[in-house]
Amino acid sequence: MLKYLILFGMFGLALLLLPVTQADEGPDLGPNLGKEATPEQIATWDISIAPDGEGLPNGSGTAIEGKVVYAISCLSCHGREGSGSLNNRLVGGHGSMSGSTPIKTVGSYWPYATTVFDYIRRAMPYNLSGTLTNEETYAVTAYLLFLNGIIDEDEIMDAQTLPQVQMPNRGNFVLAYPDNPDP
Amino acid sequence: MDNSESDSSALQAVAGNGLLHRRIFLTRGAALLGATGLGLLTPKLATAQTLPELSNVPGAALSEYGTRSVFEDSVKRNNILSYPGTTGSGGSWTPLESLEGIITPSALHFERHHSGIPAINPDTHQLLIHGLVKRPLLFSMDALCRYPMVSRIQFIECSGNSRVGWAPEPVQKSSGGLHGLLSCSEWTGVPLSILLDEAGVDPKANWILAEGADSAAMTRSVPLAKAMDDTLIAVYQNGEKLRPSNGYPIRLFLPGYEGNASVKWLRRIKVTAGPTMTRDETAEYTDTRPDGSSLMFTFPMEVKSIITAPSLGRPMQGAGLYEISGLAWSGAGKIARVDVSVDGGRTWGQAALSEPVLDKAFTRFRAAWRWNGGPAIIMSRAIDESGAVQPSREQFIASKGLKRDYHYNAIQNWKVAPNGKVSNVYA
Repeated sequence: MLKYLILFGMFGLALLLLPVTQADEGPDLGPNLGKEATPEQIATWDISIAPDGEGLPNGSGTAIEGKVVYAISCLSCHGREGSGSLNNRLVGGHGSMSGSTPIKTVGSYWPYATTVFDYIRRAMPYNLSGTLTNEETYAVTAYLLFLNGIIDEDEIMDAQTLPQVQMPNRGNFVLAYPDNPDP
Repeated sequence: MDNSESDSSALQAVAGNGLLHRRIFLTRGAALLGATGLGLLTPKLATAQTLPELSNVPGAALSEYGTRSVFEDSVKRNNILSYPGTTGSGGSWTPLESLEGIITPSALHFERHHSGIPAINPDTHQLLIHGLVKRPLLFSMDALCRYPMVSRIQFIECSGNSRVGWAPEPVQKSSGGLHGLLSCSEWTGVPLSILLDEAGVDPKANWILAEGADSAAMTRSVPLAKAMDDTLIAVYQNGEKLRPSNGYPIRLFLPGYEGNASVKWLRRIKVTAGPTMTRDETAEYTDTRPDGSSLMFTFPMEVKSIITAPSLGRPMQGAGLYEISGLAWSGAGKIARVDVSVDGGRTWGQAALSEPVLDKAFTRFRAAWRWNGGPAIIMSRAIDESGAVQPSREQFIASKGLKRDYHYNAIQNWKVAPNGKVSNVYA
C-alpha cells in the first residue's frame, strides 16, 4: 500500500484522491477497479496444468487412440512417429544430452509429462490450437510417451496417471532460481 | 583551465594502436576533432561542393501519422525467419548498426513470436488475476488505464540473442544481424504489485504464471518477488500504445529478465506456490551444461556490450580520426564502465559513457580512435555496477561449454582491414 501512496504522491494527486486517514488495510486504498471474478469465469480461463497434475481435466486416452489423432493433426509437421519433419522432432535422442550434440525431444529432454498435455492443449495443432478434445489430448500425449519408450501402448493416461509418469531426463534439471548454483 | 592544454591532453593516446583518451568528449577536444575536417565517423564530404538546390514549390502536406524519409527506407529489421510452414513464429532483428542513442524506434523493435501476432480489440480484452489470492479480479483495459503508471527506459533482450557466437566459424553479419534480438524503449504501465496487493496475495505463494492471448497461449512462470518488485503491466511504448508486435494492448515487462518471460498480449496471471513448468521454461529456454544437466530459470540477462560503429556494413573511410560508438547493457543494473581495445585486446582504454546511464537500459559508449590505416581488431568490454565483467569468447566457452543456446554474452571482435572493410573475427 505504501508503494501506492508514494506513486500517487508522485502524481501530485495524493490530497485529491487518498483518504489518508482511513485505517483499513487492503484494497480500499487502491483504485480498486478490478471486478471480482466468479469461479465459473476462472474455470473457463484457467487452462494451465501444474507438475503435480493440478488443473488436469476429466477424460483419458491411450497411445493406441493417440496414433489416430497424431496422424490427423500432428504428422504433417512432426513426421512419422515423431521423427521430425517440417518442425520439431518429438521422439528419440535418449542419452544424447551428455554427448557433444544433444538431441532435445519430449523423451530425451522434457522433465514433466504434465507439460506435454498442457502445451498440446494450449498451442497445438499449430494452425488450429485449442481444438483437440481433452480425450484426444490425453491420447496423443500417451502416444508421444509410448513412442519414447516411457509408457506402454495400452497404458491409460488421465488426471491420476499422467503426473505419476517419470520422465527420463527429470533428474538432470537444476533450478537457477532460487537456488542460484554455479553456471 | 587552459583550453589548449586540455585539448592536447585529450588527444593523447590512452592505449595501443591509436586509442585516444575519453577526456576528448568532455573538453573542446571533440570540437577540435571536428575542426580537423576529418570528423567522427561522418561520411567524407563530397569533393565537389555545391549548394543545395532550394525548393520553390510547396512541400508535402501535413499528415495524421508520420513516416520517415524515403531515403531511410533501407533501415529495416532483418534476419526475418519463421518456422517452416509458418509466417509469424520466429524472429526479426533490430538493425542496431543503423541506430544511434539508446532508444529503439518502436517500428524497429525486435520481434520474437511463437504463434504470430494476434489482433486484439482492447474493448473486449481483460486481465484475470487469480490463484493464491483473497479476491480473484478481472480488469478491463479502461480500468487498468485509470491506475497510476510509471515510465522507465529499459532494454529487452531475447535470451537467444548473439547465439551465433557459438558457431565454429565467425558468422559475417552486421551488428544488428548478430545481436539484434535486442531493443530499448521507454515503457509505461501499471506496477503489477498494486494489482496483486488489491487481489491479496496468499502467504503460500512464491511464483506467478503469466499467459498470453496469442494462439500459442505463451506462458512463463515468474518469481513472485520479481512481480512485486519492478514488474510492469506495460501499456505504452515510447509514448504511444504498444505495437501489436509488442503485445498490444498489454504485456508483462520484467526489467533485465530474458525477453521471453515478458509475456505479450497478457490475459491471465495465476498466483501459484511453485513454478508451473511450462514448455517454454522447461523444454525451450533452458541452458544445458557440459555434463548434460540443464539450468532452468536463468532469468537475468548478463552484462554485455557491442560496437555498432565501425562494424560490418559500416566500413572505415581512410586513415584518420574516428568515433567508435557502441551499446552496453546489463540485467543486473547500471553499466559502470566500458573498456575499448583497438589492438585485439592487448591494451584497453576506458570509453566515455553518454548520459543518461540508466538501470537495465542501453548505455551508449564512445571512444576516439586515430586509425593509422593498418589492420586492427576492435572490441568492447562492459562492467556493470554489480562488478560483473563481460567475458572473452574463450573464457565464456571455457566456463559455459558449447551445448547452450541462450545467454551468450561474450565480447565480439571486429577486424578492420587496411581497405576499411570490417569483418567478424574470433581472435
